[in-house]
Parts: sequence; C-alpha cells; structure tokens
Amino acid sequence: MSILFTNARLIDPEAGTDSLGWLLIKDGVIAATGSETAMPKADEQVECAGACLAPGIVDIGVKVCEPGERHKESYKSAGLAAAAGGVTTMVTRPDTLPTIDTPEVLSFALRRANEAAPVNVLPMAALTKGREGLEMTEIGFLMDAGAVAFTDCDRVISNTKVFSRALTYARSLGALVIAHPQEPILSEGAAVTSGKFASLRGLPAVTAMAERMGLDRDIALLEMTGAAYHADQITTARALPALERAKRNGLNITAGTSIHHLTLNEMDVANYRTFFKVKPPLRAEDDRQAVIAALRDGTIDVISSMHTPQDEESKRLPYEEAASGAVALETLLPAALRLYHAEDLSLPQLFRAMALNPAKRLGLDAGRLCAGAPADLVLFNPDTPIVLDRFKLKSKSKNTPFDGARMQGKVLGTYVAGQPVFEAP
Amino acid sequence: MTYSHSHLLGIEPLAPPDITAILDLADQYADLNRRDVKHSDALAGLTQINMFFENSTRTQASFELAGKRLGADVMSMAMQASSIKKGETLIDTALTLNAMHPDLLVVRHPHSGAVDLLSEKVNCAVLNAGDGRHEHPTQALLDALTIRRAKGRLHRLNIAICGDIAHSRVARSNIMLLGKMENRVRLIGPPTLMPSGIADFGVEVFEDMQEGLKDVDVVMMLRLQRERMDGGFIPSEREYYHRYGLDAEKLSHAKDDAIVMHPGPMNRGVEIDGELADDINRSVIQQQVEMGVAVRMAAMDLLARNLLARRQAQTGVMV
Repeated sequence: MSILFTNARLIDPEAGTDSLGWLLIKDGVIAATGSETAMPKADEQVECAGACLAPGIVDIGVKVCEPGERHKESYKSAGLAAAAGGVTTMVTRPDTLPTIDTPEVLSFALRRANEAAPVNVLPMAALTKGREGLEMTEIGFLMDAGAVAFTDCDRVISNTKVFSRALTYARSLGALVIAHPQEPILSEGAAVTSGKFASLRGLPAVTAMAERMGLDRDIALLEMTGAAYHADQITTARALPALERAKRNGLNITAGTSIHHLTLNEMDVANYRTFFKVKPPLRAEDDRQAVIAALRDGTIDVISSMHTPQDEESKRLPYEEAASGAVALETLLPAALRLYHAEDLSLPQLFRAMALNPAKRLGLDAGRLCAGAPADLVLFNPDTPIVLDRFKLKSKSKNTPFDGARMQGKVLGTYVAGQPVFEAP
Repeated sequence: MTYSHSHLLGIEPLAPPDITAILDLADQYADLNRRDVKHSDALAGLTQINMFFENSTRTQASFELAGKRLGADVMSMAMQASSIKKGETLIDTALTLNAMHPDLLVVRHPHSGAVDLLSEKVNCAVLNAGDGRHEHPTQALLDALTIRRAKGRLHRLNIAICGDIAHSRVARSNIMLLGKMENRVRLIGPPTLMPSGIADFGVEVFEDMQEGLKDVDVVMMLRLQRERMDGGFIPSEREYYHRYGLDAEKLSHAKDDAIVMHPGPMNRGVEIDGELADDINRSVIQQQVEMGVAVRMAAMDLLARNLLARRQAQTGVMV
C-alpha cells in the first residue's frame, strides 16, 4: 500500500525547510520525498493543492482521564481529538485515579489505549508512588511495561533527598524524568501570577520567581546525579538564563512550554474566566514574549498542549476554587499557527518544537519527513479561518480558553503509520 | 445623572457619573434617616435577600436596615451554616434563589469573583457586600459620602490609606473610587502588607507613617485582618502599633483639619489609638456607619429602578 502526496508544502523541521514537493509513503513509512516533476507511482494519490504536509505532532503531557474519570476524557475521545488536531503521538500523564505508578495499572491503561485510540499512545508513569513524593516507583518494571518517561506531573517532589535518589536511580536505567519546576511553598494555593492584575482581582498569587527557584534546585540536582531531565513547562523570563546556562554546561536537560503560555497572558483571565486557569498560572506579556524568543533560539525545546480535561462542575466555581487546566489537543495547531501568522516562528520552527524535538527526547523516529521515518503526518491549511466552537470539540470535556476565538488553520487529514485517522469533512 | 448598571459588583466598572448619582441620592436618604419617620416606599413590594457566606454583623445589619427603610421584604440567610456545608455549589444556590423570585440580592463571599459569578446566573440585581480580597463597593461609596460631607468636595484631596492593604477589599475599592474622582491616594504600610504590582496602581506608596501622612486631608485606617494572616506578615502587634498605629503624634503630620476614618470593627491599640478614634473633632467613624445605611438605600433604590425599567421593556418575558 503506497500513497503519493503531490503538490504539498513540505514542512521539514530537521532540514528547516518549507518548500513545495511530493512525498511518498509505503508500508507505513516515508519512502521518498522530492520536488522534481518526475514523480514515483503509487496505489493512491492525494493532491494537496499547496496545503502543508508536516510530521504529526508528538504531544508530551496529555491527560487522558482513564482510569478513574472517564466522564471527563477516555482514550477514545482523546484519541479522536488528537487525530482531529494533527497529534499523531500522545505521551500521556500518570495523574489519573488511581495514579499510574505500577506496571499493572500501566498495562491496563496501555491496553485501553490500543483498543480505543486511533493515534499512537506512549504512557508516562509516576516517579513516586501515588505522586506523593515519598517513595520511588518501580522504574525498571514500568519501563519494561512501556513507560517512556517518569513524572509526578504538576506535583513538585519537595523532599530533595527523595528526588535526588529517584534521579540517581533513573539515570542508572537511562529513564527520562519530567518535572514541574516550581517552589512548592511559594506557589501553594496560588491562582494567578503576582502583579497588578492579581492585586486588582484580589486573587492569591505566586511570584514568577518561584519557577526559577524550582528550576535552580532541579539543575543543582542534575549536576549531582547526571540524570536525563525535562522541565514540563518553562513560562517565565526569569527562569530562562538558568536553563540556558545548564544547557551550556552540558547537563542532560531539555524544557517544554505550553501552548497556552505561548498564546495567552494573565490579562486574558479578565473577569474571573476560569477556563483560563491553568497551572502554572498565565504570565505577564513580557514573559510570554521571552518564552517565544527562547523557542526561536532553541533554549526551550518543546511545545505541549498540556491537555487537561475538566468537567463543567469543576470549572463553574469561584476562581480560587475552580480546577486548573484546559483541553488543547484540537486547538494546539491553530493556536500555534498564531505564532506563525504573527511572524514569531516559522513553520519548520514550530514543528521542530511540536514534533521533532519531543520525538528525539523520547528516542522516537517520528517527527521527521525523511525516508525511513514513520508515516505519521498532518496535512493542514495554515490560512483557513475558523471560529472555535467548544461544543464541536471531540474531547468529552469542553474547557477550552479559545471558545469563540477567531483562529487560522485547519487540519485536512491526519495519518498514523500511513493510515488516515482523520479526514476533514 | 443616573446610575447605568444592572448590578453593583465593584467600583472598577463604574464611571464618575455613576458614583455621583449614588452619592447624590444617598445625601437625600441621609437626611431622611435623621427624621422621626424614616420611611420611604421606594422598594415596596420588592424582595431583598441578603446572602452572607462569610460572617458579618455590621454590613449585614446596615443592608437589612436600608432595605426595611425603603419598604422591601427583607430576608437574611447565613450561608456558612447551611447549604455550602452540604456541598451545594454556588450555581445551584443561584438556581434555588431564582425560584424564589428575589429582586435584590446582597452577597458577601470569602472568594474573590464569587459575586460576579453569581450575578451571571440570577435574574435580579446583585449587590456585592464584599468578595474575598477583591471589592467592597458600598464601603468605598459610604467612605466617599462621608468625605464629601466632611470636606465639601470629593476631588483634589490628599488621602492616605494605611495598614493591611494586601488583604483588604476595602482598600481596593477605595483606591479605585478615589482615583476615578481625581484625588491623590497614598498607601502606607509595611511592605509585607502591600499587594504585588502596587506601583502600577497610580498611587504613592510609603513605608514610613510620618512621611506618608504629611499634609493629607483624610486618613483612612484599615483593620489589621488577623483572621487572614496565614503567617508572619508582621513581627508583633506592639511593633505594628508603634510603627503604623495611628495616634495623635503621627496624626500631627497631617493637615490640621484632617479627618480620621476606619471601616470598623476597630482593633483599639493595634491600628488606632482608642482616644483618637473617639475624638469627635477628628474621627468621622460614627458618620461612616450612618452614611453606610444611606448609601445602601441609594444603591438599592437605583438598582431597583433599573431592574423595573428593564422588566417593563421586556414585558411578559420576565417573571
């Protein structure tokens, strides 16, 4: 079975190119690409009419609420949302009920994922049992069962001794640890970032500096232990010099940021709009700009959706009490394209952060357009205007901050291992 | 001039003419309240529900009295004792209330923004009686009326707000109101009790009381909210009183005719000297309580007029 995509705008993050050409897939992998007029023959041909063809998005940090809260999101609904959003690999979080912290629970989740989700699912496991920050999980067994990384998600392991031992043990197995850099005491109970807006709204706030303090500690532990470490979300200007220095010093460190911190700022919370409550809280515009610049120069490696489904009941509360998080699998690409249309980042730069870098960090072949790479692809038109209607999202939960937003970018088709998993109606 | 909003959720959304409209009407009600027969029928037949999710004696009594003097049917509910303990959400509470057909809803809630949320879900006029650290608009309005009556104007005054600014919704509403009416506002307090980003509020910030009080027309003291202190904002009450408690010596740096205000309840000997608080030549604390009833009458009267006009405009649609 082979498919030839013709007249496509090929977005190659590895080569950093954005050019018209054709791409041939055969038996689930990319067989060849080119720009010549002489094209190979294929069983099927897709005329792209100048639409963009890019490696499918590899999204680190997706919350699927199985086991425990299937009413918020199941593998099926998350998988359909991912396919519709051009996400071909979901790297899922272990902050479920119960926590994914044993090989048994992990196998259950993976079985459900393989049954129900049309895209690739790679599970992460908790670094400590119950994400309580006290005892490390069975990192070896969990890796054997398929865990691709270890994280306590938005919980910070405040016991430094526990964290340093877990990092040391993880290093011996070559396991990647993903942490949430944050000073846990300063950020306790915070709903917004300190500053004029927080004070005007009278909401409990955390200084942006708390992220830098958390990152500084983690970097010191990396120097001690030599572990492989990824910061889930770097969202403030003050944390960037520390990150840049740690990379320069040769530590095994990478960093991500969330699409919401790249495209929204604290003012968007406006009159206590709880769909804009995320963790860490949205930052000042200066921070947003600094994070975009850091993505451009490669200090920040990865863009994630940080897809976090919440039902209406947990959001329709006073701001302090409302749950954090936003669904984003389907809005990740159109939101990221805001950065392209604003000329902040080119399309190859965007796909470097959304596909190539996360794949590389997890040791995957995905995220490339070269021959031999898996045929995980997204075909999209970056210019099509859309008005987002949250009730049309495929996620079971509809908690998006982009409801009613005017965006540009429409996914036309998503392919996983050469098979179409989504085609625009 | 008229008040143009359907709720009174805070000072932030108000324009100067809205503020003046409330104060002008409140002036009339202040006069009514000094007569023997203190009654009007402005709210006759309307239902006012006071929902206090947080303890209050003074504000609740003031709203209750205001409603009764205007002829409304007034009911007060102490919410912390009832449904929220049973896990009912604010939205459920709103739906329950709608079924009772209230016309005016007075709400106090410990969380910032909770009154805004409630106002989106009920079909009556909502008055914010204090939400978290956000706003307490009727307090700012009664302070404004007290100042206007004592000073003869509400503009181009130097006004100092002193004490626990960080935890105070009274301070936030006052900063906004006094700023909108073109006064110079100074904030005085220890830096641990100043909110973040305060430099961008269009106010002057002082850490030294003597310096901050120099030549001010009005000194507003705030209650040191001990119940909100989740740890270590100040070393001790006595050091606080020494550095930030208002006494005759510190007040001598203000203008000779400066007035002293306090939203109550006072901690005598913590933020204000007891004798000074009782000095009828300087302290207008009793007038503040008096103006509180008048301002709440005015606010409810104006909101009821807007509510009835809106209902009339869509006759047959509203219940």
